[in-house]
Amino acid sequence: MKKGYYGDFGGQFVPELLMPPLLELEEAMERILPSKEFQDELASELKHFVGRPTALTFCPNLSTKLGIKLWLKREDLAHGGAHKVNNTIGQALLAKKLGKTRLLAETGAGQHGVASALAAARLGMKCTIYMGALDVERQSLNVRRMRLFGAEVVPVESGTRTLKDAINAALRAWIAEQRTTHYCFGTAAGPHPFPLLVRELQSVISREARAQMLEQAGRLPDYVVACVGGGSNAIGAFHEFEPDASVKLVGVEAAGRGKPGDWHSAPLSKNGTPGVLHGMRSQLIQTDEGQILPSHSIAPGLDYPGVGPEHAALQASGRATYVNVTDDAAIEAFLELSRHEGIMPALESSHALGWVLRNAGSLPRGSHVVVCLSGRGDKDLDIVNDYVAAQGEGK
Amino acid sequence: MSKHILTERIEQAHAKGRLALIPFLPGGYPDKKRFWEEIDQLDKNGADIIEIGMPFSDPVADGPVVEHASLKCLEAGVNLAWILGELAARKGRYHAGIVLMGYLNPVLQYGLSRFAKDAASAGAHGVILADVPFEESEPIRAAFDPEGLALIALVGLNTAPERMELYGSVAKGFAYFVSVLGTTGVRSSFDTGLPPEVSAGLAAAKKAFGVPVALGFGLKRPEQLAGLHGLADAAVFGSALIRHIDEGGEAAGFMKIWK
Repeated sequence: MKKGYYGDFGGQFVPELLMPPLLELEEAMERILPSKEFQDELASELKHFVGRPTALTFCPNLSTKLGIKLWLKREDLAHGGAHKVNNTIGQALLAKKLGKTRLLAETGAGQHGVASALAAARLGMKCTIYMGALDVERQSLNVRRMRLFGAEVVPVESGTRTLKDAINAALRAWIAEQRTTHYCFGTAAGPHPFPLLVRELQSVISREARAQMLEQAGRLPDYVVACVGGGSNAIGAFHEFEPDASVKLVGVEAAGRGKPGDWHSAPLSKNGTPGVLHGMRSQLIQTDEGQILPSHSIAPGLDYPGVGPEHAALQASGRATYVNVTDDAAIEAFLELSRHEGIMPALESSHALGWVLRNAGSLPRGSHVVVCLSGRGDKDLDIVNDYVAAQGEGK
Repeated sequence: MSKHILTERIEQAHAKGRLALIPFLPGGYPDKKRFWEEIDQLDKNGADIIEIGMPFSDPVADGPVVEHASLKCLEAGVNLAWILGELAARKGRYHAGIVLMGYLNPVLQYGLSRFAKDAASAGAHGVILADVPFEESEPIRAAFDPEGLALIALVGLNTAPERMELYGSVAKGFAYFVSVLGTTGVRSSFDTGLPPEVSAGLAAAKKAFGVPVALGFGLKRPEQLAGLHGLADAAVFGSALIRHIDEGGEAAGFMKIWK
């Protein structure tokens, strides 16, 4: 297969001016990433800084209620409050070995921005975060956290003022600053080698979860369920289970409000078509003329009109199934998990959980279901409160 | 093999003792009617090659001036079918070579081979796709070659000689050398003399490419052209022309400054 492709998807669709840093990164992935020195250093950071392994938590109350065995892979317990740090600490270590002194990153919900900023602070690097101006408004807590960690946050005012435009801005900045700066891409998307690099660094999720299931349940799960925006927590949660044919992999996209004609963030499970955006060929939400459409989700981290190329390939091969749930279902899951299990999930992760809550009745009774709880929900309290209040007013 | 028409246009300018001039304007800018009047003016006032932008919603290689202009065109309903249809209606009218410049996705959705046929029959001679590096270019060249449509390479200060050779081995028409590590519209700091890294890059490009090399990104003042003689074969103007039009000017006046 062609370099950097997953079936028909992937590739390196970037200006030539970005090829040298991408080739440099490819070379570093081959030479530095597998070395014992690097792997030891990464393992040490994951243990002592990130707090891995994260727990695999059985949910007794919801399990009884739903008639399944519900397990949560607790990425919300990772430092920074989400899985994003698995990727950023690895990329920051790699960048440092390449002699880069600065990280730049895009962010949607702000979780990747926070994770990049804290990794930069930890390793003594400078950090600049590009964030859609709309996301700056709706995730102000994370903006404050990034600034505390010493990062510069640049609001992006162009286009739809969300994650897609933040990626455009970060790619532009990287063209100019590639000699000193590593672009710490936040999801398993973008040009090769980012989808591969991010998967390598996020696969720690399924490596741990698989071993923990065998230890705690004495068996593999029947389902692994994860939310998919760009798809980094999902590819990390799926990867080590891919050879286990009995384990069904379910990616849950964001259907937005779910009304006909409304924007959504579900290129795989709704009406996406193949196209090229942000350096990759993947499934995109676009017009017949190839213009990228705005996306919507109540979860800022899922609000993206594309998806990582390996997910497009996993869907095409049938190894993983992609479904979607609405804002409503995510809010309901956020409230249910908080009330019944004492865990407040991020709105992104609430989509994965929302699919399980709404579909548990159609799963075989007693199925073991692992949900990747990709992040914690503190950042979303304002959104949830506003949403619930609006519903109370009958809107 | 006969010379590509884009190569010819640049050499004809050289025969007159000057660099070839290549203005760029997003298709449908500043509005759908005036755009073609501006193209007429560019053609009548010394443009050797005219680049017509194919607007895209997510132009990662462009700075704010071109991005803003492109988004304005999209809002006005500009699409590839309109650009190619209007161009076809004017076929044979222009002395200048015609190059279409944009991003891959709208071309893919139009259909790669359909695009190649329609663009060539509308009178376009070359295409620049800013997000297609050498690694992804083979299927595109395979669609363009039978139509005589040149895929113009964009290389820059950080393109190593080996990569220049790769592009050079398949180049047709001309090659485009980007003078700064940045997006379109970034201002170059040089006045009359080129910075040494730009001169060195241009020299490497001239060596690697068997076709003429145009310099683009950041040309702002006519005095800058003097310093390019012998180093570059042509100069590209994008953001500067858009700014000129935004300030109430017309293409004819713009060309008079540079010619």
